[in-house]
Amino acid sequence: MNSTYAHHRLSERTRFSRSQVVSFLGPAVAAAGVVWAIVQPYRITLLHPRGQGFWWLLAEPPLLVVLVGVLFSVVVARPLLADLEDAG
Amino acid sequence: MTPRAEFVHWFFAAGILFVGLCLLCEAVVGREIWQRRPWRRYLWPGTAFAMGVLLWPVMAFYTNSAIHMYAHGSWAEALMLAGGAELGLVHGRLRSPYWRLTWPLAFAVTGIAFIVHEQNPWLFSRSAFLHHTLGWTFLIAALVPLGLAWRPRSTALRVSFALVVVLVSVQLFADRDVAPVFGHLSPLAGAPHR
Repeated sequence: MNSTYAHHRLSERTRFSRSQVVSFLGPAVAAAGVVWAIVQPYRITLLHPRGQGFWWLLAEPPLLVVLVGVLFSVVVARPLLADLEDAG
Repeated sequence: MTPRAEFVHWFFAAGILFVGLCLLCEAVVGREIWQRRPWRRYLWPGTAFAMGVLLWPVMAFYTNSAIHMYAHGSWAEALMLAGGAELGLVHGRLRSPYWRLTWPLAFAVTGIAFIVHEQNPWLFSRSAFLHHTLGWTFLIAALVPLGLAWRPRSTALRVSFALVVVLVSVQLFADRDVAPVFGHLSPLAGAPHR
């Protein structure tokens, strides 16, 4: 195989997998938070807010995980994917 | 009005998870592309530094014992030092790569503080168990940033560093003030909730 062609194919495949990893991370973390919420719904006090104090309603661990995943996707992953495209 | 300790652990877990994801992305795409936008190079060091600053109110408000205050205070100092050194390095103010030794130092200080300030045995409660595992995780994993100080371009070490940070956040998210661990809960720990 032509070495230039092989190198081009290899770098293309590497770029593709990097983009995939970057775009996969945020949704994967958010999905983990959703799964956690389904498995342990009692961890989300917003589903049964009566009698809960301020901090119990604010601190919702599965929703914090979802929030981190979404925030990461929007703030970090999107511009990073654009930069990866430009670099290509 | 002061939040329970577990709430603080979860909030810090969220911040640490965000830092871990940033580290993982930086390791995957490479430093050149990661630093292409100026704001992004300061993102995770700035978040780490901010978490160090936020540990001071934790030290001030969670005064269950003197050793808790020493532990939280030493984490605040170590995290601010490591985050600040990283900020200086990415900005170009600091040039010596040995400033990256502040990360293994921060890990070692954190690990020792976790183990020392947990007065109960491993299976006393989930909180005690996780404090012990977090302490040993930090102590053993200090070898990773130590290796990075000498081989900063090693992808394997950078991915490992990111995964250790994500592992720490998972352990913090699993923390509860009073909950059983592997079916064990000391009657001295109090009544479990939620």
